[in-house]
Amino acid sequence: MYYHWNWGILFAQEPGGSGTYLHYLLVGLVWTLATALAAWVIALAIGGVVGTLRTTNHPWVVRLGNGYVEIFRNVPLLVQMFLWYFVVPELLPEALGDWIKQIPPPWGSYIPAVLCLGLYTSVRIAEQMKAAIQSLPRGQRYAGIAMGLTQWQTYRYVILPQAVRIILPPLTSEFMNIIKNSSVALTIGLMELTGRAKAMQEFSFQVFESFAAATVIYMLTNLVVVLAMRWLERRVRVPGLIAAAGATQMAAH
Amino acid sequence: MSRHSKALVAALACALLSTAALAEGTLEKVKSQGYITIANRDASIPFSYYDANQKPVGYAMDLCMKVVEAVKKKLNMPKLEVKYQLVTSANRIPLISNGTADIECGSTTNNLERQQQVAFSYTYFVTGNRWISKKSAHLADSLQALKGKTVVSTAGTSNIKEITEVNNKDNLGMNIISANGHPEAFQMVETGRAAAFVMDDILLYSLQASSRNPKEFEISKVSLSAQPYGMMMRKGDDEFKKLVDDTLAQVYKSGEINKIYTKWFERPIPPKHINLKVPMSAELKKVIANPTDSGDAKDYD
Repeated sequence: MYYHWNWGILFAQEPGGSGTYLHYLLVGLVWTLATALAAWVIALAIGGVVGTLRTTNHPWVVRLGNGYVEIFRNVPLLVQMFLWYFVVPELLPEALGDWIKQIPPPWGSYIPAVLCLGLYTSVRIAEQMKAAIQSLPRGQRYAGIAMGLTQWQTYRYVILPQAVRIILPPLTSEFMNIIKNSSVALTIGLMELTGRAKAMQEFSFQVFESFAAATVIYMLTNLVVVLAMRWLERRVRVPGLIAAAGATQMAAH
Repeated sequence: MSRHSKALVAALACALLSTAALAEGTLEKVKSQGYITIANRDASIPFSYYDANQKPVGYAMDLCMKVVEAVKKKLNMPKLEVKYQLVTSANRIPLISNGTADIECGSTTNNLERQQQVAFSYTYFVTGNRWISKKSAHLADSLQALKGKTVVSTAGTSNIKEITEVNNKDNLGMNIISANGHPEAFQMVETGRAAAFVMDDILLYSLQASSRNPKEFEISKVSLSAQPYGMMMRKGDDEFKKLVDDTLAQVYKSGEINKIYTKWFERPIPPKHINLKVPMSAELKKVIANPTDSGDAKDYD
C-alpha cells in the first residue's frame, strides 16, 4: 500500500484560509456541540413530556404519545435528515419553501439538523421515561392517591423525582448518542467535525491523520460527558430513595 | 512482555506484512489474481457513467478497454476477467492507492499535487473549470459576479479545492457547499439552493443537455484553470504506466481516437440518446499530436 504519512498536515494551512487543519477540525467540534446541545434541549423537553403522558390513564393521550413515538422510531435517522432538508421545503407553500431554501449555509443545514436530531432523540427519551416510570412499584402511585394528592401532584412529588434518578444512566448514553449522531448532518451539508474530517481528507489526501484526529476529539468530548453525568448522578442521589439501588449503595459503604 | 503488548506487536506485524505484499507491480498483481479491476464513475457523462442497463460505458471506458486488451496481450491471458469498482470523486484516490482498483478511467484531473499520491497516464481530454448557473441570475460573465453567493461543487474534486482557494485569495465571501456527486450538485442549482455549480465544463455541458429545461442554464465564459484528464494508477509502477501510455499513444497515432471521440461527443449517446455536439477542441488536438502526462495546467493553453 502506497501511503505517505504526514502528521504535520494537522498544522498545515487549510485551503479556505481560516487557519491550520487542526483549527478547522476544532471549529467543527464547536458546530457538533452546537447542534447536539440544541437538539438535546428539544429532545429532553419533548421526550420527557411525551414519556410521562404515556403512563397516565387518559387513553387518547396515551394513544397520541404512542403514535408519535412509533412514527419517529421506525424511520432511520439518515432518512429523517433527508426528509427534513429536501422534502419539507417542497411540501410547504411555495413562498415559504423558497424562503427556507434560500437560508444561507450553515443555518440552512443547521436548523433541519437540530430539528431532526431533536425529534429523533426525543422518542428514545420518551421510551426510557415510560420504562422508568413503569418500573416503579404500583404502590407509589396508590400511596399518592391514598394521601389525597391529585394525579398531577402524585407525578410531581412522588413518581417523577424517582423516575428521573432512574433514567440518568440511560440518559448518559443518549447524550453521547446525540453527539455521535450529529455526524449524520454532514449529509445535508453541515460542516461539523466529521464533515470537516472528510473535507480535510479530500483536500490533503491524508486519510489516517484526518480521521484519527476526529476520533480522538470525539472520544475526549464523550469522556467529558460521561464524567459530567457521573458527577450529576452523585449530586442528586438520595440514599434509600430507589429501594433496590439504595440497598446496594448502602451495602457498598 | 504482557499479554496485551504481545497482541499489539502481532497486530502491527500483520499490518506491516500486508503493506509489503502490495509493493508488487500492477501487472504481477493482475497475473496472480486472474482479473483486473477498473474503477469507474456512475455519472461523469460522457466519460464514465452507467447506461440504461447499469453497465459502465463512456469515452474513458472505451480507452480503458484498449488498455485491457494490451494487458491481455502482454500477460498472454486472453480470458482475463474484468471487474468494475464504482468510485466517487472523494474515494477514487484512496481506492487506487490501497490496491482495491488497478486503474481509474473517469474524469480525474491530472495535477501536480495529486501526482504526489498517484500516477497519471497521457492526457485524453482537456477541459476547463467553469460554473453553471441560471440564465436569469446573470452570473456567467466574471468571477466577481459570484461575490457573496452560495456556490456548490462536488466533494473531493480539484474544482472545489480551487474555488475554495480563490474565494479566500480574492475575498469573494462565497458560501461553498460540498455535494456528494455531480447530479446532486446540479440539482441544488435547479432547485435554487445554490446560485452556481463549479465543475469541469464538459461535465456541466452534459448535465445541462440532459436536464429537464436546458435553455434555463448557462455556462460561464470564464475558465478558472485548465483541467487535463488522465487515467489514474498506483505511483511508482513504471512498467504498467509505460504499457498504458504506449496503448494511448498508439490509439492517438493511428487516428482511432477520432472515431472514439466522435462516438461520444458528436453522436447520440445512451441513455437518453442526446447528442452533445462538442467538436474536438484545439487543446485536445494538440495533446493528441503530442501526448503528454503533464500535471501543470500551463502546458495546455
